Amino acid sequence: MRYLPLTPDDRSAMLAAIGAKSIDDLFVDVPAAARREGFVDLPRVAGELEVERALGAMAGKNVAAGSVPFFCGAGAYKHHVPATVDHVIQRSEFLTSYTPYQPEIAQGTLQYLYEFQTQVANLTGMPVANASLYDGSTAMAEGVLMATRVTRRNKAVISGGVHPHYVAATETVVHAVGVETQVLSAAVDAEAEVIGQIGPDTACVVVQTPNVFGTATDVTKIAEAAHAAGALLIVVVTEAVSMGLLKSPGEMGADIVAAEGQSIGNALNFGGPYVGLFATREKLIRQMPGRLTGETVDADGERGFVLTLSTREQHIRRDKATSNICTNSGLCTLAFTIHMSLLGETGLRRLALLNHEAAVKTRDALATLPGVEVLTPRFFNEFAVRLPKPATEVVERLAERRILAGVPYGRLAPSAGMDDVLLVAATEITTDADIAALKSALAEVL
Amino acid sequence: MSTMNTVGRPTTPNAVDHDYKHPTLTGGRGLLQDEHLIFESDGWGKTGVDLPEPKGDASDLGDLVRRDPIGLPGLSEPEAMRHYVRLSQKNHAIDLAIYPLGSCTMKHNPRLNEKMARLPGFSDIHPLQPQSTVQGALELMDQLAHWLKTLTGMPAVALSPKAGAHGELCGLMAIRAAHEAKGEHAQRRKVLVPTSAHGTNPATAAFVGYTVVEVAQTEDGRVDVADLASKLGPDVAAIMVTNPNTCGLFERDILEISRLTHEAGAYFYCDGANFNAIVGRVRPGDLGVDAMHINLHKTFSTPHGGGGPGAGPVVLSEALAPFAPAPWVVSDGEGFRLEEFAEGEATQAFGRLCAFHGQMGMYVRALSYMMSHGSDGLRQVAEDAVLNANYVKARLQDLMSPAFPEGPCMHEALFDDEWLKGTEVTTLDFAKAMIDEGFHPMTMYFPLVVHGAMLIEPTETESKQELDRFIEAMRALAQAAKAGDVERFKGAPFHAPLRRLDETRAARSPVLRWTAPEGSNIAAE
Repeated sequence: MRYLPLTPDDRSAMLAAIGAKSIDDLFVDVPAAARREGFVDLPRVAGELEVERALGAMAGKNVAAGSVPFFCGAGAYKHHVPATVDHVIQRSEFLTSYTPYQPEIAQGTLQYLYEFQTQVANLTGMPVANASLYDGSTAMAEGVLMATRVTRRNKAVISGGVHPHYVAATETVVHAVGVETQVLSAAVDAEAEVIGQIGPDTACVVVQTPNVFGTATDVTKIAEAAHAAGALLIVVVTEAVSMGLLKSPGEMGADIVAAEGQSIGNALNFGGPYVGLFATREKLIRQMPGRLTGETVDADGERGFVLTLSTREQHIRRDKATSNICTNSGLCTLAFTIHMSLLGETGLRRLALLNHEAAVKTRDALATLPGVEVLTPRFFNEFAVRLPKPATEVVERLAERRILAGVPYGRLAPSAGMDDVLLVAATEITTDADIAALKSALAEVL
Repeated sequence: MSTMNTVGRPTTPNAVDHDYKHPTLTGGRGLLQDEHLIFESDGWGKTGVDLPEPKGDASDLGDLVRRDPIGLPGLSEPEAMRHYVRLSQKNHAIDLAIYPLGSCTMKHNPRLNEKMARLPGFSDIHPLQPQSTVQGALELMDQLAHWLKTLTGMPAVALSPKAGAHGELCGLMAIRAAHEAKGEHAQRRKVLVPTSAHGTNPATAAFVGYTVVEVAQTEDGRVDVADLASKLGPDVAAIMVTNPNTCGLFERDILEISRLTHEAGAYFYCDGANFNAIVGRVRPGDLGVDAMHINLHKTFSTPHGGGGPGAGPVVLSEALAPFAPAPWVVSDGEGFRLEEFAEGEATQAFGRLCAFHGQMGMYVRALSYMMSHGSDGLRQVAEDAVLNANYVKARLQDLMSPAFPEGPCMHEALFDDEWLKGTEVTTLDFAKAMIDEGFHPMTMYFPLVVHGAMLIEPTETESKQELDRFIEAMRALAQAAKAGDVERFKGAPFHAPLRRLDETRAARSPVLRWTAPEGSNIAAE
């Protein structure tokens, strides 16, 4: 087996050095009833070529986004990732290292994490960010739990504009510890509705902008209302590129930002791995979940970086930790930070504008189709339309024509009664030809 | 005598005093560059991505548009490449040398897996595309599930947890849901966790709202069954036991432990971080396990990536299977489909753990790894991993003190700091001196139950030659410590990119981000 360096002679010599007669001597502690002789019922060793053929055949059955006109979003976005990104993240020193437990030989990782934290803080308009969580949805759950610790209150008011899967992932976790959630009904322009629901027991208000229907909202007034009631405002962002064009959550008064960073540097990957961005205000640092990198000096006074404030974390605090998270999204943060360094502010703003323009063009094209009603008034790169037919059926028929037309809202929330709503996203990869193809194919099936 | 080539260039080194040392004038050291932060470059207006000029200004968005500077420097492509390559050279990596972090299973990461994960049919598909357009992806998930279930002897698996700790969360949520279904949740509020457990175990139990009760350990490094039995009762929801445990030992009484647990009406959560030691030889399903997470980034070689992404699928027993979270793949003969909601036939599912279907990129890599090994190769993995650890233990035990000298260890060899007594050298000092010798230290000060613990996990992908090189270095260092060469340890590392870092200072007044120096006009937050 090509990954196993020991030869039969090595094994014999090593057993002799140990003083064991056979490998079975090393497994004596396994109860006899649980020892298995022979191989489990699975195929035997396979060469590279065989594995490539088998997996290549599976990959070949899928329709890759890059091979068709593509308009899917709803929390995962296809952007162009510069070639440099994927090259650098495959360098051995990044790919095959682990959590920087020994900072003297992990400054490469620690420095990029420190740069990542600064980029995320500036992008979200917040004072501090952590070194990542698993994804945007788990970041939202962690945000709600953190808000309950900070406020010592027990209820989260969640806007009807928050991605239904984010709500489900959050409720699954926070209900287990008795945190109450109030989720308002889904609506395209739902965010302001939360204001009327804030009460003295509200730990946090969760809003999303742009929301799952694409609506971009100025949440400043929501922040004011939350703060007046002693609650925190959590702003969810599922499309990180939007912050290159829209007012940042920090600017609008967010206390916690829980965002999905996949859009920058990371492929679609059928939903994972992605990278959760988590940022907050300075005074809340010690209640934050996840790893943090901080600046310090070495014994010679040279600047260096270390993991810090680990007394919040599970390996020190065990059952008193702020979260159970250990391994996070290391390599995805590297992809994010490289892509962001290449873009810079100039590139990010331009990229964001191009996204917006592509979406506006797509909207304008679809708006002319009879029976299609555009629902989202102000959006970044994604909007909702109402179709005269169930969106799932339309999407399937367009897929047969090799067009991936978007995400039916009903796929996210089957019981919301919005089966005729389709979420359509466009990015810098969307061409005029793609838009024309979508429009004409839609015209045929509607 | 110096020799010269034809243009007068000396071709032998000058004879100089070998002890002459001086700091360099620039901070660089040979191949190691002194690399500044991206924020300290001159790239505030630069970009390394050529994009077309946008036509509009997004005036349709009015006052929603971000006006203030964001504070993101840009780098041209060559500058970016240098920045990250320079940083990379300050990292230790498996591809450089043995990385014997106990409990982390730092094994070789096959590049075939990277290649497979990057096939557009896997990397460039959207989680919410019509399922008719991702049949191959669902087939891959179904195949992965089949391998995991077969290897563990368990009937079900939840793929979506994103790392080991997330898998623990999944397992405990399933256990909680099972108790709720039986109407016993209100009284079962405790989770029993051995003192040697990973920190994630008690953290997860607390995260889900359970009270953690510690179980004592025996002299020989195993769960104290009598103590466990005395704490089991109608108020216990589950036990969380790592097997092989964090001392690198197989729990000999594991069948008794699971029997007692089930008798008390509780469930057995197994932390599968150490599955690498037994894959292909022991099936957790035969040990009475009800739920166990599998770190694909440990046993199944998906890269650790500087701290993730991981993946933590959880295998489940018949009793817990109905409570698995959405989504999962169903194969109905016609093809594959995703069950995405805790509704209809899936009403007992405890909910959802993340926005989409989990770590697809890791699934591809793990399946590529498993298919490459096959059932024969995987059994060999466990045997070689255990052999390597026992070899390290055998060859170091005359100089260092094994925490549990009796009997074989499994995939990791655990030493305490008894042998350092009187030397003034601590486990930390010893670890830092290993860095000078070119090795990544073992896991230190864990498990907590062993004083000054040094936990060495070589994995099966180390050759005998590399093990011998490592062992010789460890022996030389151990002898130096015993010989009173304290300076070598106290100041270490001397030869790493940085000297020992001040962690206390970092925590006392945290600086977690770069900020523009006072008086500069650079855009920052």
